[in-house]
Amino acid sequence: MAFLEIDEVHKHYGQTQVLNGIELEVELHQVVALIGASGSGKSTLLRCINALETIDQGVIRLDGDRVSGPGIDVDSLRCDVGIVFQSFNLFPHMTVVENITLAPRKVLGIGRRDADDKAMRLLQRIGLDTKAKEYPDRLSGGQQQRVAIVRALAMEPRLMLLDEITSALDPALVGEVLTIVRELAVEGMTIMMATHEMSFAKEVADKVCFLHAGVIYEEGTPEEIFSNPRRELTQTFLQRIIEAGRL
Amino acid sequence: MSDVGDASELLLVRSAGNRRRAGRVLTYRTAAVTSLLFPPTGIPALLHSLRASSLVRKQELEQARLAGQRARDWAWISVGVGLSVYTVAFLVWLVQANSGGVRKAFFSSKLLWSGDTWHSLLKGFWINVQVFAYAETIVLVWALLVAVVRLLPGRACAPVRWLATAYVDVFRGIPSLLVILLIGLGLPQARVPIVRDFSDIQMCVLALSLTYGAYVSEVYRAGIESVHWSQAAAARSLGLSYFQTLRHVVVPQALRRIGPPVLNDFIGLQKDTALISVIGVLDVLNRARFANNAAGSLTAYSMAALLFLAVTIPFTRYLDYILRRQKRLLAGQ
Ligand SMILES: Nc1ncnc2c1ncn2[C@@H]1O[C@H](COP(=O)(O)OP(=O)(O)OP(=O)(O)O)[C@@H](O)[C@H]1O
Ligand SMILES: [Mg+2]
Repeated sequence: MAFLEIDEVHKHYGQTQVLNGIELEVELHQVVALIGASGSGKSTLLRCINALETIDQGVIRLDGDRVSGPGIDVDSLRCDVGIVFQSFNLFPHMTVVENITLAPRKVLGIGRRDADDKAMRLLQRIGLDTKAKEYPDRLSGGQQQRVAIVRALAMEPRLMLLDEITSALDPALVGEVLTIVRELAVEGMTIMMATHEMSFAKEVADKVCFLHAGVIYEEGTPEEIFSNPRRELTQTFLQRIIEAGRL
Repeated sequence: MSDVGDASELLLVRSAGNRRRAGRVLTYRTAAVTSLLFPPTGIPALLHSLRASSLVRKQELEQARLAGQRARDWAWISVGVGLSVYTVAFLVWLVQANSGGVRKAFFSSKLLWSGDTWHSLLKGFWINVQVFAYAETIVLVWALLVAVVRLLPGRACAPVRWLATAYVDVFRGIPSLLVILLIGLGLPQARVPIVRDFSDIQMCVLALSLTYGAYVSEVYRAGIESVHWSQAAAARSLGLSYFQTLRHVVVPQALRRIGPPVLNDFIGLQKDTALISVIGVLDVLNRARFANNAAGSLTAYSMAALLFLAVTIPFTRYLDYILRRQKRLLAGQ
């Protein structure tokens, strides 16, 4: 039994069927990259996994437990599953350290002192401990996104969902954010990431899934998908990426 | 020719039929002549304008432009100073007209310099101050509650949402004077439980809190809705509950934005405390009425107005200051 099991998941918004029977298994410590055209449903899938969206059909299981559908405790699910968004979404009225400690203190009930200590240790790791007392608008985009990652990590999630976390960044700032993700992967965090950074997906992912028309059209190891895609649409998608010089 | 000034025709080089536009010198003749309506500043404006023209004729373009600029500056000063001087002069004339009739009606020295009258008015005004201080405190909390109820999600909460909406619609739609009459006179007469033992002043606080709670809850609601949904998504994704998200993430950001409009409503509330006189409370207005009746003048009303101004003007200045600061902060981002 896999750590995360996504079984026949369907989801629609109004007339558009966004997810049309997604089947996917993620093992513990595995890094899975979701690729696919814009609008193919990568964000929607990630948002369904931590119940920011409800699903119409199918079931999602985390560690054998059903985490979709009626009667689930969404708040405790979200303690286990962290998500980082493309647009950072730091809380602008709180300092960096307050951003990080809010959820540990209010949700996990950790004392302020302990929460602060832990936040400072995390910030030190990413080299931002000097910015602890700053407000987010004084930080660069790359720094903000690193803080957002740390904010999710402070809840000690077992699964991290990363939704195109470098898309809103200056090319020069992408590196510092990817470094953190690389370290997380090395440390064995289970990660599911939607990304347009193909070379990064190739480097860190254990499994790459190509989403198309609401299903996982093709999946495999990075070598299989990037060097040797078997199905036609995967080939054309990657061809376009290569022509755009992004692989 | 432009609206603001007249270009000196002499400069326009018409060789090959081309009219030159760049490098024109503006002498602002029309503006300068018009500003003669207020001669102290109009005369310098005209002199500079004339000098600009003569400099143009001498081909001293840089000097001419400077003179033109001066003419323009003086013309604007004429607008600013002239308008104010004439307005104040008109008001002074009004007060003096009718051989001092205005003065006698509004500022009769008999009341204006009477310590007893001031003392009595201040005692009344203290009631108004209490009413708005209590009402404002209650409104701050009550309006937030109503706003949050109106924003509760889900079908299950539809009935309370509907109740809150009905409350807001009703109390925003009734003039505050009527609310004060209905509550201040009606509730005691009907011996409604709980509130029948309220004092008159408590009734007034209740009436004004209900009315302004409806207004302010709408401001709160707009403020809460203006916080982008992605902020709530981020908070929920960290495991915070719906109410924790409201409490720690959404409402604090909303409060920052709604400070100015709420204070604005509070200025209205402060002035509306004058309405409580209709149920016979000995507030500043009723006391002023008695003083006026005794003296055969309206001066005590002017004095009451001054008391209100003493509170509302610092309040509005403060509000302006906050707005300016907020604008600066937003611009800085
Ligand atoms: N809240 C919503 N309401 C209605 N339609 C939505 C909503 N969110 C997403 N969609 C639609 O669902 C489809 C999939 O969107 P999604 O954001 O999951 O795509 P994506 O693969 O993440 O694309 P991108 O690479 O551009 O981020 C799109 O057609 C989008 O228009
Ligand atoms: Mg997306």
